[in-house]
Formats: sequence, structure tokens, C-alpha cells
Amino acid sequence: MGGFCVSLYKEETEGLSSPQTQGVPADLALVTGLKSGDQGAMAQLYDRYSSVVYAVALRVLGDAGAAEDVLQEVFLQLWRNPSAFDAARGSLASWLAVITRNRAIDMLRRRKPETDIEDVIVSVAPDLAGDADRARAAEKVRGIMVGMSLSQRSALEMAYWQGMSHSEIADKTGEPLGTVKTRIRSGLIALRKAFQT
Amino acid sequence: MTEHERFADDLALYALDALTGEDRARLDQHLAACAACRLELEQLRGDTALLALSAAGPRPPQRARQRLLDAVAREAAAVAPSIVQTSRKDGTPAWVGIPARRSWWGTLGWAAAAAVVVFALSLWRENLALKTMLASAGSRAAQSQREMEELRRIAAPIIAPEAQRVTLVSAKTPPQPQGKAFYLRGRGSLVFLANNMPPLPPQKAYELWLIPTSGAPIPAGVFKPDAHGSANVVNPPLPAGADAKAFAITVENEAGASTPTMPIVMMGTGE
Repeated sequence: MGGFCVSLYKEETEGLSSPQTQGVPADLALVTGLKSGDQGAMAQLYDRYSSVVYAVALRVLGDAGAAEDVLQEVFLQLWRNPSAFDAARGSLASWLAVITRNRAIDMLRRRKPETDIEDVIVSVAPDLAGDADRARAAEKVRGIMVGMSLSQRSALEMAYWQGMSHSEIADKTGEPLGTVKTRIRSGLIALRKAFQT
Repeated sequence: MTEHERFADDLALYALDALTGEDRARLDQHLAACAACRLELEQLRGDTALLALSAAGPRPPQRARQRLLDAVAREAAAVAPSIVQTSRKDGTPAWVGIPARRSWWGTLGWAAAAAVVVFALSLWRENLALKTMLASAGSRAAQSQREMEELRRIAAPIIAPEAQRVTLVSAKTPPQPQGKAFYLRGRGSLVFLANNMPPLPPQKAYELWLIPTSGAPIPAGVFKPDAHGSANVVNPPLPAGADAKAFAITVENEAGASTPTMPIVMMGTGE
């Protein structure tokens, strides 16, 4: 039954004006499909982005079972509320990555979710639909991280992967709050600049 | 560092959910009003997404895919089936496609919508009740205000220093020192008015005493007559509920005394 739905859908989309690269539907087309309840679109989105979502969740939580739960939750949320992703504002990959990381940190710290997914607005991140694009980008990011000073990299990692607050980081490193804040910001800007060229 | 520059650093932390406490509250307030900062926040969130990409790891287990698709199928089925079999009038079977239109509200949508309506109604009713309460409280306050003004009007000629005091006596008698005490036992309120009091030497004053039915005389105010011999004492501090048998006046030092110095110069019991 799943296959039946997919082929039917594909026939329909070829008539629409949505852009396609190499005959593969763009993210936007798939998300639109979700709004019509197209389960095949969901399957394609999963195949496209599950590795990103899982990798982020696993890195934060360090536990395969918990990471799988987050994976499930993130995609189900997308299924239930595809309108929460407004493509005009950013790429689906970035949006999913941000939501996954936030949800995983909330779970790590046993907090209730701090932000509704509708409130997460992500703009101007590179479009990383393809695996190859993502692999290249990942390499680039890792290169920049390695190039940072140790204190900057660890501040960024503590904030991002461990969900530590700025005061917790300051306490742990013994650095003043202001220094921690500036380091984190300049680290993010460095990443941004590397992808702007 | 300007305000806006300080927020620049905080924004990065905010994008990472690493900003807490007062700093976060301050930035929330600022963001509500600053579109430039909101845009920067969006961009920073995008930058954090790049960090996510540096996570390399194993692919998720195969079973996770089916688990998700099964959950999705269940939720979709709960909303509407895609194809049903019916029969035509002549009995032959037919397949009717019902578009798998996902209700805009979702499975729980109507219940949620109903809950919202009920909640909104109860809020509206509460609001109405509060408004009524406020209105009646307001009118009570206005009434109290009016009563106060009435009382002030009554009290004014009695206690205002500029009020004219006239003691009426029968034609042949010259005016005598006179005092009138008005005492409300329950409240411990006392208003005392005196006329024609003889003047006193400089360091002396009259003191009023409440003589209780039992116990020592209670000090009820120290006063000096004006040029006309008038004086008043209004609501001196008194122990509540003191039962007054009589009131008396003695002459004391200016500062007053805690026990009366004989002789008693004036006295009166209840009328």
C-alpha cells in the first residue's frame, strides 16, 4: 500500500512547477506532500535526513536507545506539523539539526522542551540536501574547529553538545563570564564566515 | 561596550540555549522590540546547525525506519482511510477513493479546539465577574469617601482653631472654665473641648485624665489654652475599652505626667 501511494504521488508532482534536481523531489515538495498526508514523502524525508538527526542525537546523548527515541520524536513532529517548517527561512537539514539538538539537550538535562518547534527560525544556512554536500560541509566544520584555540573549541562544545549554560562553563573553566560569551560568539561567527565564501 | 554590543554576545548564547537567568530575561525583552537582533538570532541558529554537521556517527538502526513509518501510518489511519469498498446499485463492488485529507487540526484537533472554547468562555465569565466586583468596590469606596467628608464637615467647627467658641451662660454669671469630653469606649476615641481656661505659667500645661472604674487614672492628653482660653484634645492614644467613670484635669509640667499631681482643678462624670 505504501508503494502504491508513492508512485501515484510522483505522477502528480511531475505536473507541478516545483523544482527538481536529477528527478528527485526537493525538500519543499516533500514537506508539501506531508501536508496532504503523503506517507511516501515522509519515507523519503526520513531516508534523506535520518542520519543527520540520529548523529546529532547520539552525540549529545551518548546512548543509542535514547538517540533513536529522539529520532522518532523529531520525525513524528514533522509529520504532525509540517507547517512548522517554513522553507523560506532556511534549509530543512539545518532546521532539523537545530530541533534535534535542542530536544536531545532537553532530554539530557531532563528538562521540559524549552522552545516550541514553531518558534525555531533558522535562516541563511547552506542548503545541504545531498549526502555529498553534507559530508563536505562536515569536513569543513571539523577543520575550522581544529583550527580554533582549545579554550574556544571546548567552550563551544560544552555549550553545544553538553547544553551547559554560560555560567556553568565559566565555573568549570574558571574563566570570566564575559570571556566565555565572547569566545562562543566569535566561534560561531568563524563558522559562518567559512561558509559564506 | 554599548548595550547593543553586549546583546550581540548574549545572542550567540541564546541561540545555543546557553543563556540563563536575568541575562536571558533581559534579552527576551530586547528581542521583542529589536528586529535586527531577531534576524541575527536566526543567523546564529543557522550557524549552530553547522556545528551539528560535525557530528559523524553510525547510521540509525534499520528497525527505526519501519518503526517511524508504522507510527505515521497509524496516525494517518486515525484520521481517514484512503480507499473503501462499496457496492453499486446493481450489487457490483466498486472502489471509492476518499482523499487522505489530513484534517487541518489533526486527530486531537476538535477536542483541543473545544477545550480552547470552553477555556475562553470561562475566562470571559471570570472577567465579567471581576469587572462587576471592581464596580461595586468602586462605588463602596465612593460612599466611604462621602461619609468621610460629611464627618469632616461636622467636626470642623468643633476642632478648627479658627472656629469661634461661644459659651452661653445665664446673664448674671461670668463665664467659667468649662470642658466637655466626648468619649467612645469601644474605639477608645476621645474628643475634648475646653473654654475659658485660665492661662498658665510658661512651663506648665493642663493634663486631661480618664478616671477608670478601677485602676489608676489614664493620661488622656496634654493641652495649653490659647489666648481666648480655648483648647481641644482630639483622639489621644488610649487603651481600648477603658471604662470611664469620670474625667479630670490637673496642672502638670509642660511635658505631662504619668500620674496626676494634686489638686484636681476640674472634674466631671457622665451626663
